[in-house]
Amino acid sequence: MTQHDDADLPQGPYKLRLFITGSTPRSTRAIENMRRICAENLEGRFDLEVVDIYQNPEATKELQIIATPTLVKILPEPLRRIIGDLSDRERVLAGLDLAPLGEDDQAHS
Amino acid sequence: MAAKRTKVDAAASSTRLAPLSKTPTGIKGLDALTLGGLPTGRPTLLCGAAGCGKTLFAMTFLVNGINKFGEPGVLMSFEERARDLETNVASLGYDVAELVERKQLVIDHVYIERAEIEESGEYDLEGLFVRLGHAIDSIGAKRVVLDTIEALFSGLDDTAILRSELRRLFAWLKDKGVTAIITGERGDGQLTRYGIEEYVSDCVILLDNRVEDQVTTRRLRVVKYRGSSHGTNEYPFLIDEHGISVLPITSAELGHRISHESVPTGVPGLDDMLGIRGYFRGSSILISGLAGTGKSTFASAFVNAACERGERCLFFAFEESPDQIVRNMASVGLKLDQHIDSGLLDFQAARPSLYGFEMHLARMNRDIEEFAPQVIVVDPISAFRGPSSEIHSTLIRLADICKSKGITALFTSLSSSGEQMSESERSVSSLMDTWISLKDTEANGERNRVLYLLKSRGMNHSKQLREYQLTNHGIHMVDAYVGPDGVLTGTARIAQEAREREAGLSRKQATERRRREVARKRAALDRQIAELRAALETEEAEMATLIEQEEARELAHGSERSEMAAIRGVRS
Repeated sequence: MTQHDDADLPQGPYKLRLFITGSTPRSTRAIENMRRICAENLEGRFDLEVVDIYQNPEATKELQIIATPTLVKILPEPLRRIIGDLSDRERVLAGLDLAPLGEDDQAHS
Repeated sequence: MAAKRTKVDAAASSTRLAPLSKTPTGIKGLDALTLGGLPTGRPTLLCGAAGCGKTLFAMTFLVNGINKFGEPGVLMSFEERARDLETNVASLGYDVAELVERKQLVIDHVYIERAEIEESGEYDLEGLFVRLGHAIDSIGAKRVVLDTIEALFSGLDDTAILRSELRRLFAWLKDKGVTAIITGERGDGQLTRYGIEEYVSDCVILLDNRVEDQVTTRRLRVVKYRGSSHGTNEYPFLIDEHGISVLPITSAELGHRISHESVPTGVPGLDDMLGIRGYFRGSSILISGLAGTGKSTFASAFVNAACERGERCLFFAFEESPDQIVRNMASVGLKLDQHIDSGLLDFQAARPSLYGFEMHLARMNRDIEEFAPQVIVVDPISAFRGPSSEIHSTLIRLADICKSKGITALFTSLSSSGEQMSESERSVSSLMDTWISLKDTEANGERNRVLYLLKSRGMNHSKQLREYQLTNHGIHMVDAYVGPDGVLTGTARIAQEAREREAGLSRKQATERRRREVARKRAALDRQIAELRAALETEEAEMATLIEQEEARELAHGSERSEMAAIRGVRS
């Protein structure tokens, strides 16, 4: 998998921000899922910041947050938002440009 | 017993719920027809097709809240960016940037780009709640607008989540106690495209923008208002540089107070024809006539007289520009410009085809509210073309507005040639208290103007056809001249008058002639008598002479005889 990454996908550092709402089960699940994906796919080249919008409501305006949880990929460009508890690993990877979407996902959209 | 009853009454009244509290929108007509405004602390759905003015309406609600009622507001826009919004509402004279600066208004643009979003797993809209809650709390907002929340549906896939979240949002807004307007795009067969009226059920207002005969009319209808009575009709509304105004069809009942006061018509001769020497104050007057009969002149004369009394007049011109009217009226000695200068007279001119009837009505209503005139003129109502039922309803409401405010309203109407009433005339005839018909009469190769009072409610009035002239000094009513073949006008009248004068003269001459004849006869007779008398005298004189001669002869004869006797010697 790492070999595949090296060949096709962006190399630069990932700047990610995960917006959650306190310690709801969904928020916790999102954090866990994200940590796992980062560890498996972005080892050593990511910067993940978890923002609790209850603590920091201003932040919602800045990055146009409406749904929670939302993972925002700020870098590399283009900006992408992945909403939900990140339980669909394939779609998260697609959103992060880490894996192209399969046929299965095209049927979704 | 009585004491007991009052106790019961008191108990009953204490259990009665307080009436629904309302938040005024500051949009005058709307507050009137919702009997106070939108339900306080509840969401109201404002729906309509694109271009109906939903955003402007909602913005007006917020700006009025801040400026008129001291209630800060939040606008969450899902479509337009804050900058664009500011520009758009600047056309209504709202300085939104300044309100934002003063921390009275928060504009939050929610940007949803479908291509940026990937959905993975469960989510909710807590982000939106937090964002809105933060905006509300930051300025202590009492009013909230969500414009157009249905944009969420195009940005997010999971409609099941969206629906349940929207339901939660509206409940949350209620808990927050903010008065909210949620706008929605009109959908097929339902009020909004995604059917959110299902969740916002306290008050639903529908905006509409219809094109009929190439004329658009904006209309508003309160579809439902839980816990309150409201006007149920469609009401026209207007968006222009003065903001938004809705025209509630004023009290449908005929309960307005009436006046017994008379208002001079501005034409002395016409005053004489009306039993109270003028129109009733607050009545509706129709002046109908063919082209060139001086309808506007009569209207202007009325306005001129009113301004000279110090009353305020509003002149709605639909065919001529104000300057043109002023110039034309100067030619008949009516100096309207001085009244404009003194601020007593105001012109509002517009092409009839510019808007639909409803819009015209809304505009006129607003102008009347602003200018507060005692007299209005609509010149002419026949400029409105369209189905008579609409003209009728428009004019009935205009007349009603004027009556309820005690304004004397004068309408002019251009009749089509001939005896047939025009559409607009027929439809308004029953509304009018006084109806003056101006006519042309053609005879002897000339055209003359006559008028008559078709009706004048509540007063005795002249039933005569009267000729009038438009002179340098205004309208001059000519004394009625009724000849054997009806009223005579123009040169026919003058000729008839001359003929009568001539006839009178010859009659006088005939009498004179007769008098002289008699005198002459008498003189002849006298002469005859004198002659006869003279003849008699002559005869008498002759007779006397004869007698004298006879006597003389007798005497002579006698003496002769005695002489002879003496001679004969015979003594007797």
